[in-house]
Amino acid sequence: MSLTRTVDPPPRAERARPVKARRLTWRRALRRDWQLYSLAVLPVAFFVVFRYLPMIGNVIAFRRYVPGGSLFGEKWVGLRYFKMFMQDPAFWHVFGNTLILGGVTLLFTFPLPIMLALLLNEVRSAKLKRFVQSVSYLPHFLSIVVVAGLIMQLLSVNGAVNQGLHALGHDPIPFLQQPGWFRAIYVSSEAWQGVGWGTILYLAALTTIDNQLYEQARIDGAGRWRQTWHVTLPGIRPTMMTLLILNIGTFMAVGFEKILLLYNPLTYPTADVIPTYLYRVGVVSGSFSYGAAIGLFESVIGLFLVVAANRISRRAVGTGLW
Amino acid sequence: MAMAKMPAVKLRAAKTPAVKRENSRGYRTFQIFNALILTGVVVVTLYPFATIVAQSFSSDTAINAGHVNVVPHGFNLTTYKKVMSDSAFWTNYRNTVLYTVVATAISMVLTTCYAYVLSKRHLKGRKFLIGVALFTMFFNGGLIPNYVLVADLGLRNSIWAIVLPNAVSVFNLLVMKAFFENMPDELEEAAAVDGLSTYGTLGRIVLPLSKAVLATMVLFYAVSFWNSWFSAFLYMDRSDLFPVTVYLRNLIAGATGGADQGTASDTALQIGANIQSVTIVLTVIPILTVYPFIQRYFVSGVMLGAVKG
Repeated sequence: MSLTRTVDPPPRAERARPVKARRLTWRRALRRDWQLYSLAVLPVAFFVVFRYLPMIGNVIAFRRYVPGGSLFGEKWVGLRYFKMFMQDPAFWHVFGNTLILGGVTLLFTFPLPIMLALLLNEVRSAKLKRFVQSVSYLPHFLSIVVVAGLIMQLLSVNGAVNQGLHALGHDPIPFLQQPGWFRAIYVSSEAWQGVGWGTILYLAALTTIDNQLYEQARIDGAGRWRQTWHVTLPGIRPTMMTLLILNIGTFMAVGFEKILLLYNPLTYPTADVIPTYLYRVGVVSGSFSYGAAIGLFESVIGLFLVVAANRISRRAVGTGLW
Repeated sequence: MAMAKMPAVKLRAAKTPAVKRENSRGYRTFQIFNALILTGVVVVTLYPFATIVAQSFSSDTAINAGHVNVVPHGFNLTTYKKVMSDSAFWTNYRNTVLYTVVATAISMVLTTCYAYVLSKRHLKGRKFLIGVALFTMFFNGGLIPNYVLVADLGLRNSIWAIVLPNAVSVFNLLVMKAFFENMPDELEEAAAVDGLSTYGTLGRIVLPLSKAVLATMVLFYAVSFWNSWFSAFLYMDRSDLFPVTVYLRNLIAGATGGADQGTASDTALQIGANIQSVTIVLTVIPILTVYPFIQRYFVSGVMLGAVKG
């Protein structure tokens, strides 16, 4: 049973127009559209300077960089810095941490918005639905610093959580000082912040599912569960795949800023990840080339992950980002 | 890019499904459970705010004794007075306002111009110009090269370290581009016939018709700049230049200087939980006051961005 619907693109006027066969040369294009091109100058300059220059700046991963010296380093050292971190047990430790933390986060933060969206979709009172939505979007608008502050207060020795434990006759737990708790805290805070906001695209996708499909399914004797399974979920599958690919792409980046705010030397065993590690060796200790090598390694893996996820998704369900 | 094959949807919340849902007993039980779960979601979302507000009105001793949950204990306003009389707090707060306004203005100009250019299908080299922006979504230079660049350009300890490296958000760019593409071509053709230049068309015809999307974009940028802290933390070490988020960060991390190790440690307890709570409340208040009004713009903005660009 194929229930995915295709949407025809709206007919565009210019597609109907017969195309003149004469090729537009750059000279003609510039003469005609120079004003448009002029509008692009500053934004392109921004991308070149603040996006592409740093990409090229990654050559310092292969060159010795001296602070205050050239942006692109002083002399070639080959793969020296890559060998350095490949042989550094501390690097492999944070590499493992990154995979675990990223994986657990994806495992929880990807399905939760789908579940919430399905539940919201069943709410019949429009007012109640809107209220729940408004409240659940709220944490998305907070600064990470504020979220970190909230977490620290909630989990402090005298905070709300420990008050609950105390009521149960339990001794207080210094949550943020114990490596065993860090992953749970991090993932729950990510879920708290993102679950509501994550429902938006799913809710929109849900409204586009053709009601006739439900009608049909009911005539075929499908109960509510089977309707959800056979109509609703296939209906939002393209959205699910797209968000999954995007999530996988940011897998390696993990919530760097939040971890930086929440971790401390006591929780390094579980909390220290590639971005925080490279922040400490690169920015704090000033080993720029070494840090850049680690960063480049991480970016390349990230790019590889998106491309791979996209390809798999296209193979498997015929939808991808590009 | 973005959402392939996702139809554009009008986002008017909660259209009740036209299908008559059956009223079996199982379904009614489900409805009750559903209501309970969703109430749970609301409570869990709001609970941390409630405790922070309660703490902000409570005395430090009551908090340290573990008496404060969602109800203030030993109600007082002295902590608010204390924080608000701290000149460093106000200096940093003013910085946040200034950075947000300047950064948003610059971002808007760059994003609008570029989005307009990219929306012109006939433009030669358009694909390339789009690619220039899109590629940066999947690959970026990384922390160290960015840091080295900003330092090399001499932007450290200036507002430009915050404004320039984050001036264009590709997501926002795509949202605006999608919006401009949906404008009827006839409008601009008419403008051209009337002898308006490209600048004139953009300024006098297109932008006045784009107020909704412009407002959305301003909000997107303003909220993200208001909330940002890491650029300032990374590139500034003069405390009189910090935005309030870095002020708060140093409070909760118990740090005194700027470019230290960036670790949150036990010493956070040295600064009273009540003072931290008040600072959190004061940092969030502007966002919370506008939130009810801006929320739907955000939602519609996300939807626009989801349309295949």
